Amino acid sequence: MRIEIKDPDRCVGCEICMLACVRRQGFAGLAKSKIAVHSSGGMEKGFTVLVCRACFDPPCAAVCPTNALEVRKDGGVNLISEKCIGCKNCVEACTVNAVFWDSETNKPNICTYCGFCAMNCPHHVLYFNKEWGKRDV
Amino acid sequence: MFEDKFSRVLYIDLSKKSFTIKSRPDLFEKWLGGTGVGIQILKEECPKNVDPFSPDNTVIFAVGPITSLYPLASKTIAIFKSPLTGNLGESHAGGRSAVSIMMAGYGAIVIKGKSDIPVYLSIFDNEVRFHDARAIWGIKDAITVGKIIRQKETFSGQRSIMRIGRAGENLVSFASLNTETYRHFGRLGLGAVFGSKNLKAIVIAGKRTINLSDPKAYLRIYKNILDETTSSLMKKYHDLGTAANVLPLHEIGGLPIENLNRTSYEGAIELSGENLAQNYLGRRIACTGCPVACVHIAAFRDPHEEEKYFYKTSMIGYDYEPIYSLGTMLGIKDAKGFLKLMDRTEKLGLDAMSSGVALAWATEMLNKNLITEKETLVKFSFGNWERYIEGLENIVSMPNDFYKALAKGTSYASKIYGGKDFALNFGKNEMPGYHTGPAAHLGWFLGARHSHLDNAGYSMDQSLKGNYPRPEKLIDNLIEEEANRQILSSLVVCFFARAIYLNFDNTINCLKTIGIDLTKEELKELGMEIYRQKMSYKTQEGWLPNFQDLPKRIFETSAPFGKISEEYMNKAIDYFRKRLEKDFR
Ligand code: SF4
Ligand code: SF4
Ligand code: SF4
Repeated sequence: MRIEIKDPDRCVGCEICMLACVRRQGFAGLAKSKIAVHSSGGMEKGFTVLVCRACFDPPCAAVCPTNALEVRKDGGVNLISEKCIGCKNCVEACTVNAVFWDSETNKPNICTYCGFCAMNCPHHVLYFNKEWGKRDV
Repeated sequence: MFEDKFSRVLYIDLSKKSFTIKSRPDLFEKWLGGTGVGIQILKEECPKNVDPFSPDNTVIFAVGPITSLYPLASKTIAIFKSPLTGNLGESHAGGRSAVSIMMAGYGAIVIKGKSDIPVYLSIFDNEVRFHDARAIWGIKDAITVGKIIRQKETFSGQRSIMRIGRAGENLVSFASLNTETYRHFGRLGLGAVFGSKNLKAIVIAGKRTINLSDPKAYLRIYKNILDETTSSLMKKYHDLGTAANVLPLHEIGGLPIENLNRTSYEGAIELSGENLAQNYLGRRIACTGCPVACVHIAAFRDPHEEEKYFYKTSMIGYDYEPIYSLGTMLGIKDAKGFLKLMDRTEKLGLDAMSSGVALAWATEMLNKNLITEKETLVKFSFGNWERYIEGLENIVSMPNDFYKALAKGTSYASKIYGGKDFALNFGKNEMPGYHTGPAAHLGWFLGARHSHLDNAGYSMDQSLKGNYPRPEKLIDNLIEEEANRQILSSLVVCFFARAIYLNFDNTINCLKTIGIDLTKEELKELGMEIYRQKMSYKTQEGWLPNFQDLPKRIFETSAPFGKISEEYMNKAIDYFRKRLEKDFR
């Protein structure tokens, strides 16, 4: 499973996906979002959506000193929060800048591949690919 | 009941370059947020009868308890003493401003004093920094200022950048404060108040968590409201934006054209939302938290003056009101001309509405030989947009006494040069784009900020279809509607979501999820009380609406349901003054 960016040109920068992600976790606000939308240098240039690609050989997990990022069989990682020491190695390592930082808990925000953001995007930018990784299992 | 972060107020003193943060649950528990809280802070902080350009004038930005929590709760309100009207200034903007203020941890930001040198502020969480802005003061366009600050500051891609242009620096009474390039605190001269304080810009951002009293209910109620935003009304705003209004108003004969000498003309097709979308639309964007995305931006290709086969491509935001004021009011018949005027207005940091109406008045003055080219320096004629670009520049640089007066608004200029009968301002604020009948004109003449969204008189006109009740009844309806709208502007939600949030059940449910229990009756009462607070402030500062102050032009040009009766308007205003005296002083 993973979230794919199907049609970035349609993104309007509403951040509804980010707010949905946090809502799904039982909160509101932005600190706990595991997806991010940025303007690409002023709104006139459109938006960039950053989201975990569910790598099979995830660089974030490779640099984690405490094995707090457990590699999933079908791509991506799970965060084992108790093991995390807040070193930010994973943030640095992620090639696509999709490991975000929750400065309230001092731990990374790691996508859980639930698809709630994609379900909430009003403009069909995101696609929840449930088949991702299945063939490789 | 309120979480601390909804009720924290950041007080900034520009004279001392210092700030304090206070918890003010007293304010937010009683008045919700937005205008409710804003008007109270204005009364606390801003001395009576203050000069709008005095360091004591106070600018308040406020968001509401459901900001960043629910769809379309995406606006910030600004309250201040207006240099254009000399009275209550209230202006609303979206973009990222509201969510940024809430995520930085504040319910309101209060700015007082005056810096000795130009500064800009950065506000990230609990930190406020004062930066030297001398190098960016005087830069030709407000868009470049945004670019420069963007490169210098952190929170890339997710912050709100509010800034003024040269109009604000030069204290043009209707200078705007631009935010995120395409959104504005446009009306009533907030940009000039920033200029008078030597404040060039504010960049603000943050990320935090809001705890909920009932997360499950939150998911459910959010979904209900999100589903309602995908209704057909909202679809219209997504597809064509507010520009969707051009053709319908033209067809009923309610579109003000050439200084309201006419109400329909062939240029309407060219300036319609349909034409702009088909031939120019480059991108749609949304205010943070809003699924509608009504903000329409044209991609405009302009051949370079000197180099062959070289084009400058500009992204230019457009909306109904600027299409009216910089387009139809000036008799512009081609979209290209309108977009160029829009672009220049944006770069100079002017309020598009006041600017267009001021230039339309100047054109008619010239046509009637009440003034000459000695005053205007440019030979304005309806439809000739190149000349109006020079006009906009002159309003900002003020090369002579005429432009010095015009930069104070059409009301002021018409007192000196004449032409008061066709200077289309109401309560000294230039009119919005609806000549639909008596309710529209009464609505903004008597409303707190003289805006078409105060009480939606324009929409009453269209639903009454000429069957007007007694003037007293119409006034009562306008007052009730405006009181209800205080709830919207205290929550603070976009007025396009009025159908959703003035369904009080929705609002009651939303507030419950964050631990606020109010009944429909209590909400309505609160709305009326905020309205009363505003009206008492306005009368305290010397406002009293007078029939004689109405521009006579509105009685000369037929509205969709016939000519407007002077007698009806006179009676209505009389009755309003009685209610003001009795209930709202
Ligand atoms: S911040 Fe936590 S999850 Fe990331 S690399 Fe360090 S220990 Fe591992
Ligand atoms: S919800 Fe969709 S349109 Fe809105 S910011 Fe996210 S990806 Fe873009
Ligand atoms: S409808 Fe338009 S103005 Fe209102 S919040 Fe949405 S994008 Fe902003």
